[in-house]
Amino acid sequence: MSAILEVSGVSVTFDGFRAINNLSFTIGAAELRAIIGPNGAGKSTFMDIVTGKTRPNSGTVTFGEKSISLLKLSEAQIARAGVGRKFQRPTVFEDQTVEENLTLALKAPRSPWAVLPWRPAPADRTRVQALAGQVGLGDALPRKSGELSHGQKQWLEIAMLLAQEPRLLLVDEPAAGMTLAEREQTTALLVDIARTRAVVVVEHDMEFVRRLNCRVTVLHEGSVLAEGSLDHVTKNQDVINVYLGRG
Amino acid sequence: MTRGFLAKNPSVLIFLALLALFTLLVTVLSEGYGAGIVSTSFVKTLGKTLCLALVALAMDLIWGYAGILSLGHMAFFAIGGYAIGMWLMYARTEEIVVAALQQGALPATPEEVRQGIATQIFGVVGASDFPPIWAFAHSLPLQLAAVVVVPGLLAGLFGWLAFRARVTGVYLSILTQAMTLALALYLFQNDSGLRGNNGLSGLQNLPGLADTAQDAVSLWFFWASAFALGAAYLGLSWVVSGKFGSVIRAIRDDEARVRFLGYSVEGYKLFIFTLTAIIAAIGGALYYPQAGIINPAELAPIASIYLAVWVAIGGRGRLYGAVIGAAFVSLLSSWFTGGRAPQINLGFYTINWVDWWLVLLGLAFVCVTLFAPKGIGGLFDRFQGLHAPDRKGAALGPDDGSLQEKEALE
Repeated sequence: MSAILEVSGVSVTFDGFRAINNLSFTIGAAELRAIIGPNGAGKSTFMDIVTGKTRPNSGTVTFGEKSISLLKLSEAQIARAGVGRKFQRPTVFEDQTVEENLTLALKAPRSPWAVLPWRPAPADRTRVQALAGQVGLGDALPRKSGELSHGQKQWLEIAMLLAQEPRLLLVDEPAAGMTLAEREQTTALLVDIARTRAVVVVEHDMEFVRRLNCRVTVLHEGSVLAEGSLDHVTKNQDVINVYLGRG
Repeated sequence: MTRGFLAKNPSVLIFLALLALFTLLVTVLSEGYGAGIVSTSFVKTLGKTLCLALVALAMDLIWGYAGILSLGHMAFFAIGGYAIGMWLMYARTEEIVVAALQQGALPATPEEVRQGIATQIFGVVGASDFPPIWAFAHSLPLQLAAVVVVPGLLAGLFGWLAFRARVTGVYLSILTQAMTLALALYLFQNDSGLRGNNGLSGLQNLPGLADTAQDAVSLWFFWASAFALGAAYLGLSWVVSGKFGSVIRAIRDDEARVRFLGYSVEGYKLFIFTLTAIIAAIGGALYYPQAGIINPAELAPIASIYLAVWVAIGGRGRLYGAVIGAAFVSLLSSWFTGGRAPQINLGFYTINWVDWWLVLLGLAFVCVTLFAPKGIGGLFDRFQGLHAPDRKGAALGPDDGSLQEKEALE
C-alpha cells in the first residue's frame, strides 16, 4: 500500500515551546488511523501543519503519488489538492441553508472567475440531495444550517467534507457531543469512507477509538510514543505512564 | 439572466419597476422636457442621489456581503470624477481658447492652442504647462477608460498588499482611511497636477453643447444615472444570488473555514474590492458632471464614513437597503442643510438645522446600530412577517464582520 501522506522529521516551536518534536507519520491511500494522546500532545498542531495553518520549523510533509510538498502551498491550495479537515466544533455557515453549505463544498473549480457564472447542473443538485440523504438531512435542504442541532451540524460538516471529495480526511473529535446512536452511525460512516480514502481521526474517547478498530498512533510531547493496534499500544508501559499522568 | 433568476429574486423586478417609474415621473415633471414642476437644480440633486445610491450598492457588496468594512471607497468615487472632469475641463477650455484665438490675425497653431488651454486651466496654481497626468485629457475615450482603469489598478494594488498580508477587521478599515486621506492630501498640493484645492470646475458645461440648456443636460445625466443604478442593481443581484454570493457571505462569517474548503479567500476579497472600486468610480464619473465641481475635499475620510452610515441606516446585506439608505439620508441631508427645514424656536434657544443636522444624523446612526440593526430594510421583513432567529445573542460566525443575530433572518 502506497503512502498518501508522509510527514517526516517535523518540528515546530512556539515561543521556545516545542509543540512538535521530530515527528514522523505515514498513512496509506485507503487507511483509517486514530491519533490519541493527552492534552498538549500536539494533535491539533499536527493537523494545523498538514492543512497549512502552521508552518513547521523543520521537516518535510509530502502528499499524493507525486509526493508534492504541502509546505509551500496555502491552506486553500492544500484543500484543493485533496486534504479535507473537520474541526472539533461544528463549523458550518450558519446564515446559509443546508443546500448552500453543501453546494459550496461540492467539488468544482474554485477561482472567482469560474464561480461567478457557475450555476448548479441537475447532476449537482442530485449529488447535493444524495449527500444530504446520506447523513439524514435529506428533508432539511432549505433550512438555515444555524437552526440545526449540534449533532446535525456535525453531520452536515461531514457531508460537506464528502462533497469536497478529498483523498485525505482529517477529523478532529467527531464523536464530541453525539448521542450513542449517532456515534455508532459515525463509526460506520468513517470505516466506510476509509475504504476508498485515507482518514485520520483525532480522538480522546478510547471507547470510540475501540469501535473504529484500526491502527492507533499515540502522540506525546510532540512525538510518536507508540503505534499499532489499540490493544498493543494500551499494553505499552510508556503509554500507561502518560495516560496515568506520570509521563 | 434567465427567467429563473428573476422569478427567484422578485425584489429585482420591483426595484427596476420603481426606478423606471421614478425616472419617468421626474422627466414628466421636469423643466427640460415636462411640466416644469421639478426645478433643474432639484433634478440634479436627484441625479446625484442616484449616483450616491450606486456607490452605496458597491459598499453593501463589500461590507454587507463580504464583511470588509472599507472606509475608503469614496476615494474611488472621486477618482472617477477627476478622470471624467479632466476631459470635460480640457475640451471645454479648448473651445474657449480656439474661439479667442480666432480673433487674431494669424490662424493659431496646435501648439498655441495647447499652450492657451494650459494657461487657462493651470493659471490658478501658477503653472502654464500640462502635467504628465493630463497626457490623455484631450481624448474622451481614453479618459473614460481611465474612469475604470485607474481605480481598478489602485484598488488592485492596495487590495493585493492588504489582503495578502491578511489584514482584516478594524485594521483594514484604518488602512483604507489612510489611503483616502493620503490621496486627498496629495491632491491638495498645487503641484499634484490637478489644480490643488481648487479642484476641477465648470464640469456641468458639456463641450460642444454650449447652446443646450442645463434643463436638458441635467435630465440626460439623470437618465444615465438611473440607467447605471438599474444595471448595477441587476448585475449585482445576479452576482450575489449564485454560488459567488454564497462564497463571499461565507467569507464574511468565517473566512478560515472557507480556506479549508479550497477557496482562495484573498483572491475573492481582491476581486470584490476591485469590482466595487470600479462601480464606485463609475458612480463618481456620473456624479461630478452634475455637481459641476470636484476638489480634494471630496476624498476626505469622512466621506467614506458617511457611505458606511448610509448602508447601515438602510440595512446592510440587502441591496435595496443600501439604495434606500443612501437616497433617504442624502436627500434628508440636503433638505436640512439647504436651509429649507424650518427652524425650531424653543424660546431660550433656536435649533438651526444647518448646525444640528450632523448631530441628528449621528444620533440616528447610534440608534439604528443599537435598536434596529437591520435599518430601514428591516421594515420590509416586518411586512413579510420575517423575524431574526433566536440565537441568544450569538453572531452567525466568528469573524469581526460576520452577520449579527439581529441582522439575520430565520
